[in-house]
Amino acid sequence: MKEVSHSIENTVEQGDAAVQVRGLVKRYGELTAVDGIDFEVKRGTCLGVLGPNGAGKTTTIEILEGLKTPDEGMVRILGQSWDDDPRAIQERIGVQLQETDFQDKLKVFEMLRLFRSFYSKGADLNDIIELIGLTEKRNAFVKDLSGGQRQRLSVGCALLNNPEMLFLDEPTTGLDPQARRRVWEVIDTFKAEGGTVLLTTHYMEEAERLADDLLILDHGRVIARGSPASIIATLEAESVVSFSIASDGEASLSDEELQALDGVQSLRHEGNGIVLSVTQTQSVIAGLFELVKIRGLQVDNLHTHRPTLEDVFVSLTGKHLRDE
Amino acid sequence: MSRLDEIRELTRVRVLGFIREPEAIFWVFVFPIVLAAVLGFAFRSGGIAPTKIAVVIGEGSDRLVEAFKVDEHLEVVLYESRDEAMSKLRKAAVDGVVEPDDPPKLTFDPVRAEAETARLRVLRALALAIPGAEDPPIDLDELTETGSRYVDFLFPGLIGMNLMGTGMWGIGFAIADVRRRKFLKRLLVTPMRRSSFFLSFMLSRLVFLLMELVMLAGFGVWVLGVPFRGDPLSFVLVCLLGALVFAGLGILVAARVKTIEGVSGLMNLVMVPMWLFSGVFFSYERFPEALHPVLRLLPLTGLNDALRAVMLDGESIFSLGPEVAVMLGWCVVSFAVALRIFKWE
Repeated sequence: MKEVSHSIENTVEQGDAAVQVRGLVKRYGELTAVDGIDFEVKRGTCLGVLGPNGAGKTTTIEILEGLKTPDEGMVRILGQSWDDDPRAIQERIGVQLQETDFQDKLKVFEMLRLFRSFYSKGADLNDIIELIGLTEKRNAFVKDLSGGQRQRLSVGCALLNNPEMLFLDEPTTGLDPQARRRVWEVIDTFKAEGGTVLLTTHYMEEAERLADDLLILDHGRVIARGSPASIIATLEAESVVSFSIASDGEASLSDEELQALDGVQSLRHEGNGIVLSVTQTQSVIAGLFELVKIRGLQVDNLHTHRPTLEDVFVSLTGKHLRDE
Repeated sequence: MSRLDEIRELTRVRVLGFIREPEAIFWVFVFPIVLAAVLGFAFRSGGIAPTKIAVVIGEGSDRLVEAFKVDEHLEVVLYESRDEAMSKLRKAAVDGVVEPDDPPKLTFDPVRAEAETARLRVLRALALAIPGAEDPPIDLDELTETGSRYVDFLFPGLIGMNLMGTGMWGIGFAIADVRRRKFLKRLLVTPMRRSSFFLSFMLSRLVFLLMELVMLAGFGVWVLGVPFRGDPLSFVLVCLLGALVFAGLGILVAARVKTIEGVSGLMNLVMVPMWLFSGVFFSYERFPEALHPVLRLLPLTGLNDALRAVMLDGESIFSLGPEVAVMLGWCVVSFAVALRIFKWE
């Protein structure tokens, strides 16, 4: 294993990559959580790692953070390896973990002061408190913060050393849209100052808003990568048309009939509804209504939207990102 | 920021976390004092209690028993052997021991309030039994062993129990809690030195240990009148060593458990037997003699024996070789194993 990783290492140019990952594998007994992943994160960009629960997102990010050791593969963070000097990397990165329960009995500034003490150099506490928008909550107990405020505190703890690179594991899971946006603003500021970000999420909106590049994982493998726009473009669809057919009897439309309509690219069923990826929206909808009229059926819940990452994901895996 | 900043901040967080937990304050500071007060006052002898005299069976003991019947407040308990009777006296189960020699011999403990009553009652009973004798023939012997009130025996045991409880809970529970909250994991992705983490637990314990000792010892000496014959330095050193032992055991107990229930169960598994077998509330010498060497190997037995030797017998820590060796042994073993098996994630 060692030899393999060395030979790969030599072929990788250092370049301007903040993170380099080659042939990453992590197994838990029978289960292979991460099954041969390669990627890079360029300095000053944000990579979003998307995938449903169990796709290997958290395992991957925890290997990069130095919490887990990979079974195979090579990882370099800011040009350094975890095998050499872990503290040197830790001084330069900021990490926000999933579901850290910060001690209740401490105040906001006490928590930040604790984390600040671990780093040889870093930010001024007050600047961070202002950045995360907790100036008024400076003396509040952590337990009295709202979910969103606590999450911003968690990001604040990751920013205390003025890191070059930030790792965020599902930073806004469980937050309402308003609270989510406020966390994003903190991340935006970090990015605007040239910071590199790697974040995992299962929110499409978050990925599209924050990430320059995406990596979509499923079952520990990369199933798509590129900018959000380029990934969506792989669908080669102009829009997505979804509807259901109200039928009182036997009469219905067959998949073959629908697929034969001019401009339909692919079809899938979702609950009682049918979802079409189409290249020519207008002609498909016209064709659909014609068919329905002939059969004496009725179209319900007709929607069309521009293709999203969610559509790409579903077309690739047959699953939704969030399984609720 | 330096290494010291990191240790100071971690320690401060521990101390703040503790003092903001009112329940913890109660269990550490108030509970032992309440327990000592209740037991101490409960076992303080009342004003008109009868005098209990142990009579050692032998030639002439019948006559003594007959003579003591004169006084209705003299309760007689018969013992086969002198040793047995003396042990009762030491544990304050009787107020005096009479041996049927010629002349009879009365042993009592002069530091006890009951002793004088016992002496007078015995003398009077004997005087009445021998007509005409103003001063009945009797040898008087003073028990040289100290601290024979129950509370005197109990108090060092309570200090030992308190050191065990606060060490185990204060450290073991706190570690299990930061692990359960995944806060430990969060610390792991910072450059925090792991040694600082452990050190902060020890230092925060030290802060509270000094307060605990001053409060507990003060209460014992000033309110309960427990003798304090040893030098304060020996007392503090024994307490420090005890605290260190239970800090090590606290870390050991919490080295792997993930839940509060798990750590509580393990904690009780370790502590409850020692409450019973290490001579907190009663002497472990009441267990069969064959067990004594084993019981002396328990860390709390070592601590309690050392505390009693210092407080009641005025010994110095340097004369307590076996007790100190037992505690040092537990220190080394518990820390070595705990740090080896400690699960950070």
